Amino acid sequence: MQTKVENNKAWFLVLPVFLIVAFSAIIPLMTVVNYSVQDIFDPYTRYFVGTEWFKQVMLDSRLHEALLRQFLYSFTILAIEVPLGICVALMMPTKGRGASLSLILVAIPLLIPWNVVGTIWQIFGRADIGLFGAFMSGIGVDYNYASDPTDAWLTVVLMDVWHWTPLVALLCYSGLRAIPEVYYQAARIDQASRWAVFRYIQLPKLTNVLIIGVLLRFMDSFMIYTEPFVLTGGGPGSSTTFLSQSLVQQAIGQFDLGPAAAFSLVYFLIILLVCWVFYTTIMNMQKDK
Amino acid sequence: MASITLNALAHTYTDNPTKPEDYAIREMTHVWEQGGAFALLGPSGCGKSTLLNIISGLLEPSDGEVLFDGKRVNELKPEERNIAQVFQFPVVYDTMTVFDNLAFPLRNIGVPEYKVKSKVYEVAEILELSDQLTRKAKGLSADQKQKVSMGRGLVRDDVSAILFDEPLTVIDPQLKWKLRRKLKQIHEQFNITMVYVTHDQLEASTFADKIAVMYNGQIVQFGTPRELFENPAHTFVGYFIGSPGMNFFDAELKSQGDQKAALMFGDHEISVSDAMLTRLHAMGADKVTMGIRPEFVHVWDGKNNDAFPVDVDYVEDLGTYKILSFLFNGQVMKARLSEDQKVPSGQIYVSFPEQWTKVYVDDYLIDIADQAAVNDTVEETDHAN
Repeated sequence: MQTKVENNKAWFLVLPVFLIVAFSAIIPLMTVVNYSVQDIFDPYTRYFVGTEWFKQVMLDSRLHEALLRQFLYSFTILAIEVPLGICVALMMPTKGRGASLSLILVAIPLLIPWNVVGTIWQIFGRADIGLFGAFMSGIGVDYNYASDPTDAWLTVVLMDVWHWTPLVALLCYSGLRAIPEVYYQAARIDQASRWAVFRYIQLPKLTNVLIIGVLLRFMDSFMIYTEPFVLTGGGPGSSTTFLSQSLVQQAIGQFDLGPAAAFSLVYFLIILLVCWVFYTTIMNMQKDK
Repeated sequence: MASITLNALAHTYTDNPTKPEDYAIREMTHVWEQGGAFALLGPSGCGKSTLLNIISGLLEPSDGEVLFDGKRVNELKPEERNIAQVFQFPVVYDTMTVFDNLAFPLRNIGVPEYKVKSKVYEVAEILELSDQLTRKAKGLSADQKQKVSMGRGLVRDDVSAILFDEPLTVIDPQLKWKLRRKLKQIHEQFNITMVYVTHDQLEASTFADKIAVMYNGQIVQFGTPRELFENPAHTFVGYFIGSPGMNFFDAELKSQGDQKAALMFGDHEISVSDAMLTRLHAMGADKVTMGIRPEFVHVWDGKNNDAFPVDVDYVEDLGTYKILSFLFNGQVMKARLSEDQKVPSGQIYVSFPEQWTKVYVDDYLIDIADQAAVNDTVEETDHAN
């Protein structure tokens, strides 16, 4: 009988994955970590500053405001896009030519590049040449997203709802299609109302796609940069300046790489934390008693 | 509780039906009496589920009427017909507890909560679900889920009928038997009309008092399991019921000179009653199909001049009995041998008792004993009434 040769050659099989992960995630992230704990002037002149940058970032009141705005924004668009997406999905036809047509129509906003979306709404919202702006002034509303913070907010939110509700709708649509017909038949026989069908059949079966939808929309909206940057440039004042915009201002505008790196890490951890809390809560809610 | 009448009912899934094959349900008139336990037995695709969905109102028939206690219900939606239906795959409302699941049909029609409670406890007791009431329905096993969906049908007091669409398909074999007994028990206790769709003859005969055998969109026979076995009204019933199914062979009505006519299978005369011969003669049917159940084929131990000499093909031992396959006139037929019968080989002698030799013209039984044509299910039902 041959004895089994023991060696560690199998580790070589893991090497490609290790290298890919290292180059795609760990090394870039480590660069950021490197910057966040040092004050770097040039490759030969750098000082270790410990948690200095983190303290500075944590105490920066401008960033506090941006963080608040960011949460407010993310929750606002989630509160609108999720119910709206479900409604759209419920109303979409399920068979025939109408089904494919509605799928295409709904998917269109998702195909437009972000900076184009920003440009579209920048023009769309202008009172002089834009349809939406002209309509608003036409019905007597003094609407100007460039000078009024409320109008700017409204436009940014509206733009995101227009751009991303289709994603939620498409996810829900696929979830709804996956419900076997027999559930609806059973519900009819149990004399369930339309609302009961939604509440006890459709919504529970949509939970999984909605988790994905909410996580995606939260992460994306929490990192939003391009559209408000094109539309309002963060203004008027700093009323639509969100976290990523503050970060870019700090890193590229002022070239404060140390604080910007510290800020990036905190930013990253916030997103991770919120997603984790959300996911765990939902999973616990679903557990059998 | 109600009797269910199908009056000249037909259903098609195509827009412009031209030939009988376009119909999933061919025109039929049939009555399920109040309080009976019925089975609807047939192969996949014969229209059983379509028929069931028409009764419950999930499908609207293309032609004819559905009557509950003589009242037309075609226009009523399933929710208005007050029937319960249990589907092949258990349907439970995942996020609700077992209690809420059972309470769901009652709450939907606004029954006061104290009544809901007592009714749910009562039904849970019968279905042996009492200790599961606070659990989420999602975590239940398949048979428990199926009990829950059954229970949702039982909680309503005035339910007209309970329809079962192959409810035991996904249940483990040993639990199937238990659940079927439970069904039977519930039927005895509540005296509700129950229609049970299945493709399993054993399931049908243990559950139902009367079985409707369905074939190609038609009910070809409606009778007790015994009637289906002893007197199949259609060749399909003979073939489908019994294990193995009936032996069939084609015979010709021949008159030899001035002798009286006889039914000939090749060179062998198969004896039937004179009344039968007269009848066949009157019908002008000279080509018929004859059938005999393997159980009724008589296998002689020795040579017998009145019996047919046949060649043994092989013998299958199925434990308590054996199935003998033999070649008769070049055709394979089967006979059932009891345990103590000796295993024959080579050439043997078999005979077909007249009483159990059935004659079919165009697949339908020619019944001499009962002059009423059995192929007409209307009359069959009237007869039963």
